[in-house]
Amino acid sequence: MGSRLQALWGWFDSRMPSVAEQWRIHASEYYAPKNFNFWYFFGSLAMLVLAIQIVSGIFLTMNYKPDATLAFGSVEYIMRDVPAGWLLRYVHSTGASAFFIVVYLHMFRAMLYGSHREPRELVWIFGVLIYLTLMGEAFFGYLLPWGQMSYWGAQVIVNLFGSIPFIGPDLALWIRGDYVISDATLNRFFALHVIALPLVLLGLVVAHILALHDVGSNNPDGVDIKKFKGADGKPLDGIPFHPYYTVKDLVGAVVFLAIFCFIMFFVPEMGGYFLEYNNFIPADPLKTPPHIAPVWYFTPYYSILRAVPPLFNSQFPGVLAMGISVIIFFFLPWLDRSPVRSIRYRGWLYKSWLAAFVVVFVILGYLGVKPTTVLGQFGFNAFFLDTKEIATWLARLCTIVYFLFFFLMPWYTARDRVKPVPERVLH
Amino acid sequence: MKKLLAIVLLVPASVLAAEASYRLDQSPHEPTDLVSLQAGARTFVNYCLGCHGMQYMRYNRLTELGLTEQQIRDNLMFSADKVGETMKIALDPKVAKQWFGVAPPDLSVVSRSRGADWLYTYLRTFYRDPKTPTGWNNAVFENVGMPHALWTLQGERAYDREKNQWREISKGSYSQVEYDMTVRDLVNFLVYVGEPAAANRKAIGIWSLFVLLLILFPLTYWLKREYWKDVT
Repeated sequence: MGSRLQALWGWFDSRMPSVAEQWRIHASEYYAPKNFNFWYFFGSLAMLVLAIQIVSGIFLTMNYKPDATLAFGSVEYIMRDVPAGWLLRYVHSTGASAFFIVVYLHMFRAMLYGSHREPRELVWIFGVLIYLTLMGEAFFGYLLPWGQMSYWGAQVIVNLFGSIPFIGPDLALWIRGDYVISDATLNRFFALHVIALPLVLLGLVVAHILALHDVGSNNPDGVDIKKFKGADGKPLDGIPFHPYYTVKDLVGAVVFLAIFCFIMFFVPEMGGYFLEYNNFIPADPLKTPPHIAPVWYFTPYYSILRAVPPLFNSQFPGVLAMGISVIIFFFLPWLDRSPVRSIRYRGWLYKSWLAAFVVVFVILGYLGVKPTTVLGQFGFNAFFLDTKEIATWLARLCTIVYFLFFFLMPWYTARDRVKPVPERVLH
Repeated sequence: MKKLLAIVLLVPASVLAAEASYRLDQSPHEPTDLVSLQAGARTFVNYCLGCHGMQYMRYNRLTELGLTEQQIRDNLMFSADKVGETMKIALDPKVAKQWFGVAPPDLSVVSRSRGADWLYTYLRTFYRDPKTPTGWNNAVFENVGMPHALWTLQGERAYDREKNQWREISKGSYSQVEYDMTVRDLVNFLVYVGEPAAANRKAIGIWSLFVLLLILFPLTYWLKREYWKDVT
């Protein structure tokens, strides 16, 4: 039996040796630093979630109807009449939020250990492109259940494009394919969600991994493991990705799936954060909900949008600020001027700024799901207060800190007192 | 990660808070109580189904509540011919809109958009109000288009919104406890219809966690440890 399989493999290998070659380059002889820690699980987990979303999405597509009169009902049909349909739907809706959790932690890892620094700038750029594509994918997908939040969320976001000077209104019309969000919009968002963006996403993931494997992985110490090679030419601090990290990531995948299953089977709505309550009301173009909040993963940016005051009656400054707050991630490798990569050898300046960034990101995220009245109003009146809502002022403060983290980075990373970096990785 | 998860789990989103200034009572419904669910189904078809449909719910699915198809046909089906049909209504939404100012919404997933506590409180806080077209108003849902469909059971009451005081005008056929229990059963049924797969979901969930945590986790962890023994 074994020899037969070997013969079959030999037959295959002699005709297409690149399969074994790729396996060698990317797994069995890809040397990764041996000191990866907890933060290094999220890359493989992101791929796992991508696979989960694609597979569950394929089966959902078999039963979903991209039609403004049928969409909401077809989702309920999936939840009730399709065998295990409710499972597919919850896998997909939980997966959407899980994707962002994993990606945010993955990005934070890069900021902790300087994984975006030279020579890994391209890895980072492809990563940010993946993040942007994922935001688009999530946005288009959220319209499909055709609930009130789907509808009005899409309305708000598309109108943002409408506030761009000169081309805005025409651009918004072009995106919607109609004067309001309608059946035409639903159909094109469906097409973008199930085929266009997934293709882009897959292509970018391949580019992300190829770029990474060309330069090699960073590590929690931020040192270059290729400097010290053994007599066999292999890095002394490196271990082959397969089997070492494949078996390690397997443990990570199991733990992740346990958390995933707990949410999916016991709290699939996650208190209204993963599935919003108002989205169980069918879309009604004539009835605007009193409070429109995007899903949690967009709310930090939504807060920034709301925090910036309008100029000449135009919301464009807020839209611009929101756009910059996302796009600015591209420039991180060049904004960071520290002589060291890892937070382990950085001084208190970068550590404090990174901590402040995390805090304001979470506060902005929290404020984004709430109405701006959530913290009440200031009791006094003053000429500089265009609004008395405390939450809006808190969001403004956080927005300023958010941008200062990036804009001051060249200054405080260069000035920071760093510790000596070891030659080789520490355990 | 775990801390983050705990924080997210513990903070409930108050999406409904904007509308409900009236303090909501906690719904005492019990999803595993089949007798309560059957009673709720009976109340629903007798008092609600005239105006509110459940267009995504099939009659024969009620066998999950311990009823036979024959029992469903005999006791619960008034407007459908076949037991496999969905619980639709004959009322034309356009006509209904003329009557009530707004077409009565479909209630298939109302428990998921409103929540059980809201429904339980709403159905118990109707009061007489001569200023509205129907003569009824509601403490939770101000100026609601729906009249009090269960008023013969609960009786008529008056409510002073500013003082938050209730006053009885006439008695219903039920005592307050009986009425609260009827509403509890009805809400239980609405919650069930909102997601009929919920019981099945939790049962499978326990198995999935069992397999992942007690079988796959030790297995993969052991595998990792074995491989990593030679990494120094």
